[in-house]
Amino acid sequence: MRAMLIRDLRLAFRAGGGFGLGLAFFLILVVLVPFSVGPQGELLASIAPGVLWLGALLACLLSLDRLLALDFEDGTLDVLATAPLPLEAALAMKSLAHWITTGLPLVLAAPFLGILLNLPTQGFSWLVISLLLGTPALSMIGTFGAALTVGIKRGGLLMSLLVLPLYVPTLIFGAEAARRGVVGMDVQTPLFLLAGISLGAIALLPFAAAAALRMTIR
Amino acid sequence: MSLWKYANPVKFLALSARVQPYAWAAAAIGILIGLGWGFFATPDDFRQGSTIKIIYIHVPAAWIAINAWIMMLFASLVWLVRRHHVSALAAKAAAPIGLVMTVIGLITGAVWGQPMWGTWWVWDPRLTSFLILFLFYLGYIALWEAIDDPDTAADLTSILCLVGSVFALLSRYAVLFWSQGLHQGASLSLDKEENISDVFWQPLVLSIAGFTLLFLALVLYRTGTEIALRRTRALNVRLDKNT
Repeated sequence: MRAMLIRDLRLAFRAGGGFGLGLAFFLILVVLVPFSVGPQGELLASIAPGVLWLGALLACLLSLDRLLALDFEDGTLDVLATAPLPLEAALAMKSLAHWITTGLPLVLAAPFLGILLNLPTQGFSWLVISLLLGTPALSMIGTFGAALTVGIKRGGLLMSLLVLPLYVPTLIFGAEAARRGVVGMDVQTPLFLLAGISLGAIALLPFAAAAALRMTIR
Repeated sequence: MSLWKYANPVKFLALSARVQPYAWAAAAIGILIGLGWGFFATPDDFRQGSTIKIIYIHVPAAWIAINAWIMMLFASLVWLVRRHHVSALAAKAAAPIGLVMTVIGLITGAVWGQPMWGTWWVWDPRLTSFLILFLFYLGYIALWEAIDDPDTAADLTSILCLVGSVFALLSRYAVLFWSQGLHQGASLSLDKEENISDVFWQPLVLSIAGFTLLFLALVLYRTGTEIALRRTRALNVRLDKNT
């Protein structure tokens, strides 16, 4: 398992691995927001948590079609499916690698982009905590979506259609926690629910993703 | 003799052919009388005026929209566990009907909401979860369309239906948490004292029954079409092999 993880991380960090693309997308999206709604500080401050969450979610989505597609094309997935390591574990590791290369940088970059959006000071810590708790769920749900659509030609757009509705609860609780942190309300409830979604996704979705993948490469 | 013998397409089609005329007729009677009674023979509501009458379409459509998904969930489970083709095809057949009913529910709701709430759309929990349900239907149908091999398509859509159900339920409660509602509570329920008054209640039940029977008839009909499609496909494959 550790070898799988290290392999995926190496592939992502090496040239052409696409590491940082999601981060750059996140940056551009956040920069575009003031252009579209205007530079008023109060307006930006009130929408900042939601915009940052939406940006992180879309950046996650953007990098999903690379998650399994390359391994599917060169046959690595066939080897993995017959390997002694359960496919569920392999997919969980792939998801973890995706989170380390996409989700974690987004979490770390979010406070700096928060400055651009005039995010109030008391909101920073809650924004980071909510993203930290929520992005694992985004990666795991995305892995499931990628496993569903990996055998379909030009499945990228279809995957967005399938994955985005699944992101709804995560987005609601995550953005709500960040928003409550900004206005100084109680953040415990949405944070607990968000953590629950993440843990549930990590516990159950590898099985669904592996089942879907087995059906595709059967 | 058990229910499972109808997993055989021939037996299923024979039963379906026997049941369908009755289902169509009963659906027509239920809908015609329910809507006719509701539209012409009930008084206007004292606050809502004649706009109350849209309830006879709105509530049954919403009822079918939700229950079609639940039926698809069970059909998907049967396919995954027992691998009966009829089951997978029935789920496929039900999806567009559910989609259309969701749209009808949303549109009639908007038409009613404009004069009553003064807006076509609010981000109310019920409205929002229906919109999300609509997106789930879209994704489910798109996945069926995207995959060539029917067995793989049935497998993957079944898994999507299972996982989607969990997330649809999560979304339902998440939006409750996220926004306060404008929509009224359930129109009909067994455990509450206070329902809508009897004059509106009876035609509503009748039209819900009519819509349910219409759904049954449509699913049977469309499943038959899907079975025929699958057979022509199998014949075509055999033809290609021989030539």
